[in-house]
Amino acid sequence: MLKVDEKYVAQAQAVPRRSWWPVAGTILFILCAAAFPYFAKAIGDPSLIGLAARIAIYAIAAASLNLILGYGGMISFGHAAYFGMGGYVVGILYNHFASGDPFLGFIPGTNQLLITLPAAIIVSGLLALVLGALSLRTSGVPFIMITLAFAQMLFFLFVSLKAYGGDDGLIVRRRNVLFDLNMADDTTFFYVAVGIAVVYFFVFAKLVRSQFGLILGGIRQNERRMAAIGISTYRYKLVAFVIAGMGAGLAGALMANYSKFVSPDMLHWTKSGDLMIMIIIGGTGTLIGPALGAVVLVGLETFLTSWTEHWKFFLGPVLILIVLFSTGGLMSLFSGWGGKRE
Amino acid sequence: MSERLLQVDGLTKRFGGLVAVNNLSLDVAEGELHALIGPNGAGKTTFISQLAGELHQDEGAIRFDGREISAWKTPARVQHGLARSFQITQLLPDYSTLDNVAIAVQAHSGHSYHFWKDVRTIAKFRDEGRRHLDRVGLGTRADTLVNSLSHGEQKQLELAIALATAPRMLLLDEPMAGLGTAECTGMIELLKVLKTEITILLVEHDMDAVFALADRISVLVNGERIATGSADDIRSNEQVRIAYLGEGDA
Repeated sequence: MLKVDEKYVAQAQAVPRRSWWPVAGTILFILCAAAFPYFAKAIGDPSLIGLAARIAIYAIAAASLNLILGYGGMISFGHAAYFGMGGYVVGILYNHFASGDPFLGFIPGTNQLLITLPAAIIVSGLLALVLGALSLRTSGVPFIMITLAFAQMLFFLFVSLKAYGGDDGLIVRRRNVLFDLNMADDTTFFYVAVGIAVVYFFVFAKLVRSQFGLILGGIRQNERRMAAIGISTYRYKLVAFVIAGMGAGLAGALMANYSKFVSPDMLHWTKSGDLMIMIIIGGTGTLIGPALGAVVLVGLETFLTSWTEHWKFFLGPVLILIVLFSTGGLMSLFSGWGGKRE
Repeated sequence: MSERLLQVDGLTKRFGGLVAVNNLSLDVAEGELHALIGPNGAGKTTFISQLAGELHQDEGAIRFDGREISAWKTPARVQHGLARSFQITQLLPDYSTLDNVAIAVQAHSGHSYHFWKDVRTIAKFRDEGRRHLDRVGLGTRADTLVNSLSHGEQKQLELAIALATAPRMLLLDEPMAGLGTAECTGMIELLKVLKTEITILLVEHDMDAVFALADRISVLVNGERIATGSADDIRSNEQVRIAYLGEGDA
């Protein structure tokens, strides 16, 4: 057993690590993103800029769900709860800022992006802590159902919350202020959203390759094994759940700013489903997959709705084809391009 | 033989009407290799799972290193030096062989709430992991995906992972099962070395291995311990012959 087998040595020395492409890819992406608004205006379709900003925001939301779904193996069907909560933080804070009376009598409203974004992240994280602590007592199908149930409870809570618009939602008359930038301009907002997305994906990439990321992937593959090497899996899953909730809260806060409107629709289970579909299209457990999925889903929605309101009728077959013919989503087409599960 | 490291008193586990482990008491001394044998369905794996904290006993108590651990969960027991290997391998199939061991080293060296540094560049985990792989003879397979290891190699990896948690006591559940003759010999040689360092409770069907390795042997039949003694005691024990050795695979 202790002898060396030459055949194995050859295998062990294979697998060189290619480390140039993430840097090159990121630089290329940033250059393309910077040039995009000029490109959109040049081809006479400036609405593409807003579309791209929405894609960047959904990419963050889908990636945050992918942390627990793809990397951690926790199939949460209630991720819209944190997305919507992030949006409502922006909406409610803006509302109190506009009216002047403080939230709950002591928290003053604000329209400062540098305050509303962290607030949305923290509130969504706390919500994820509470709901995750309860949901993670279960696993498998009960976990899917309980996360769905909690999200729907929150949906109906906001539907009945007449003080904040109830069914009709809440209008954010002006986008949050960031320094002296003209946030009302879609191009400026696009740069802000893409900038935040780039930072988010960079942090995400570091996280999934960290000690924590390795443990999280281990829990997905074999929870019993992880317990047997001394890992209290519940705590690690809960921390991942909270981090995912925070990411969704960030995306929700950006979305509220983009559309200048929040409504219970942001919390609806179909929104959770959309995020899942993005991940499945792009590739579960991959870094870039959710972003590709966001491009495809938001792009298809925009393209198909331009000639039929029954666009989901056509989305269905596309989704089925992707699931049937590429098990790893679109990322499996670029093997080696970060498409491998970590 | 010195202190009793593991002390089990009146352990019982029922699955509905079936009593899998019945009022079982057993001591394992520090430094001892204690083998547990018995026919299929005798409750050996159930007993190991109870010791590891995966199944909770209906009655009885487990003391490890002088502490009552009956209520402890699996991770706490592992952190205090009581590790197990699985009869049916429990590995992380998407990770490399080295990852599987390095993650156990990492789990043993404090919490893993570190979110930034690339874990595969942390030398102390990788080096320590490689050392354990070398020990079980998998050093050259470090970068291979676990999925493409042979069955025998996966059993070796099971042992390497258990070793990587730096245990004081190992619960080995049939480490030889499914191994070829040569691999078996290698495993026996390795366990001969390990038993000088770590206390071991070995569940095994391979009688050659048990008689070659064990300081003491306990025989389990229908969830009850019917005998404990040296290899010679067990060979000459009439009850054991009838219950077990006479019935075939010895």
